[in-house]
Amino acid sequence: MSLHSQSSGRASAQAAGGPATVGLTLAKVGALVVLAALLAVPFLLYPVFLMKVLCFALFACAFNLLIGFGGLLSFGHAAFFGSAAYVTAHAVKEWGWSPELGVLLGTLAGAVLGLLFGMIAIRRQGIYFAMITLALSQMVYFLALQLPFTHGEDGIQAVPRGVLFGLFDLHNPLAMYYTVLGVFLIGFAIIWRTVHSPFGQVLKAIRENEARAISLGYRTDRYKLLAFVLSASLAGLAGGTKAIVFQLATLTDVTWQMSGEVVLMTLLGGMGTLTGPVIGAALVVTLENYLAATSLPVPVVIGCIFVACVLVFRRGIAGEIAARFGNQKQGS
Amino acid sequence: MMGTIFGIPPQALFGQLLLGLINGSFYALLSLGLAVIFGMLNVINFAHGALYMMGAFVAWLLLNQLGIGYWWALLVAPLIVGAFGVVLEKTLLSRLYKLDHLYGLLLTFGLALIVEGAFRHQYGVSGQPYPIPAELSGGRNLGFMFLPNYRGWVVVASLIVCIGTWIAIEKTKLGAYLRAATENPVLVQAFGINVPRMVTLTYAFGVALAGLAGVLAAPIYQVSPLMGSHLIIVVFAVVVIGGMGSILGAVLTGYGLGLLEGLTKVFYPEASNIVVFVIMAVVLMVKPAGLFGRER
Repeated sequence: MSLHSQSSGRASAQAAGGPATVGLTLAKVGALVVLAALLAVPFLLYPVFLMKVLCFALFACAFNLLIGFGGLLSFGHAAFFGSAAYVTAHAVKEWGWSPELGVLLGTLAGAVLGLLFGMIAIRRQGIYFAMITLALSQMVYFLALQLPFTHGEDGIQAVPRGVLFGLFDLHNPLAMYYTVLGVFLIGFAIIWRTVHSPFGQVLKAIRENEARAISLGYRTDRYKLLAFVLSASLAGLAGGTKAIVFQLATLTDVTWQMSGEVVLMTLLGGMGTLTGPVIGAALVVTLENYLAATSLPVPVVIGCIFVACVLVFRRGIAGEIAARFGNQKQGS
Repeated sequence: MMGTIFGIPPQALFGQLLLGLINGSFYALLSLGLAVIFGMLNVINFAHGALYMMGAFVAWLLLNQLGIGYWWALLVAPLIVGAFGVVLEKTLLSRLYKLDHLYGLLLTFGLALIVEGAFRHQYGVSGQPYPIPAELSGGRNLGFMFLPNYRGWVVVASLIVCIGTWIAIEKTKLGAYLRAATENPVLVQAFGINVPRMVTLTYAFGVALAGLAGVLAAPIYQVSPLMGSHLIIVVFAVVVIGGMGSILGAVLTGYGLGLLEGLTKVFYPEASNIVVFVIMAVVLMVKPAGLFGRER
């Protein structure tokens, strides 16, 4: 049994012909509208807030690749996000690297860490996988606390945003916003492509029934490891970008609370849906912004949403919408 | 005195080993509770650390609000935490048994956030001191080291509780029902045993153990809303290393890792925070099911 059973309907609807083509063009139009909105929105809303949403949306999408399409619940994704933030911040601030190279190095750091974690964690499934990733990420937290280059409690502050490709000065909020938007779209495209590739189909097969996938001749460990590394790299991409945007890399980014937050974003938005994590991230970031101005304790509210989602809202927002209005899916 | 052992003064070595043994006692008590709960409910109780903290806070509140001392707190606090556990199980957890086990983890994660956040909101992050009971103040000289009485008591008490739980589960009739229901709840229910109530009580017992550990810990560590949040992750690692298969395994691994952590503090203090996680990684590479676990 797996955590979800959505996202299988789309392919069958496409095969059905007539109405599906209409649906497809509708989807295209919808995507264009969303894209136009994303381009226009910094003129309406505070860009820093939007960039935060985009960074976390990418982070949540990366996490969702693993849980939603691979069925692996990682409770340690903050390790990749936070380490990449540290590496990017260090490269840009101490070595004077350009922002694009800094973010690339951060992504690479996420990938390498993902490979190490993945090799250990995929040896167990289910709950154990979650506990192992959590424990490993706590190790990263302590390393970040103790290693000299992370500067302990202070973190790396005042990271220069620099000039992208030597052309665009990122201190300009709009240039920064469009850069982050570009990074997000690239990451989202990679995830979309992965999910719809043969590789993604095998991942879903493993999620639904690993023993069966093995018996069909797939070396499931390799698929899981590759998915893990890909997810960690994209989380790293999000973390590195965040370090440039906020000019900051701190311990907050590597705590288990951060890992929990990305789980919540994905759960709230809809696990196993492509757009769900984006919606979830936007909601959670908005909510936290709002709560910061009140005296309500944030963790308690977040915890209540968690409990409510698990009890009555397991499909998440996007999943719920897909189930009510979208394509009828077969079976349950 | 004796000079040094591997270049370390024996006082320091034994002092750290004692600290390790104390930590190990808490690892053992907590991983015991986790293992008991997991065995019956198939839920990894993420709220375990928060409930441990709650136990300590209940003891502190009993003392400061009602003037009820340590020995009564040792009895009352676990009961209160256990009762809270009954409510949690009845109202929330019991709705999830038919779903994937991961939902249990996510639910209890949310609960941990709520409990910790609420205490943090109410009492802030700074720790509150809890006095050592008069009967256990002071210490004794063992010749090779100085042993504070209270710390000796914690080790003895946790050993008694762990061994007692093990005997209750492995040797008594009730324990036999419990083990049977773990293997096949439907069949046990058919024999006329109220399995849902047993599940509730098992959860209550597991979290009461966490509450008890909290009371034991109160005079040693400061009573703070965050005292359980790191501990629970270490205990997860302990559980992964030991394997969930056996109660005894959970307990032994708890003590063993506590001691090992103490030794690391002596010889390479920088690594003392991460040694448990490193061992976890090594164990997973060599024996994925854990030291005492069965491959399922």
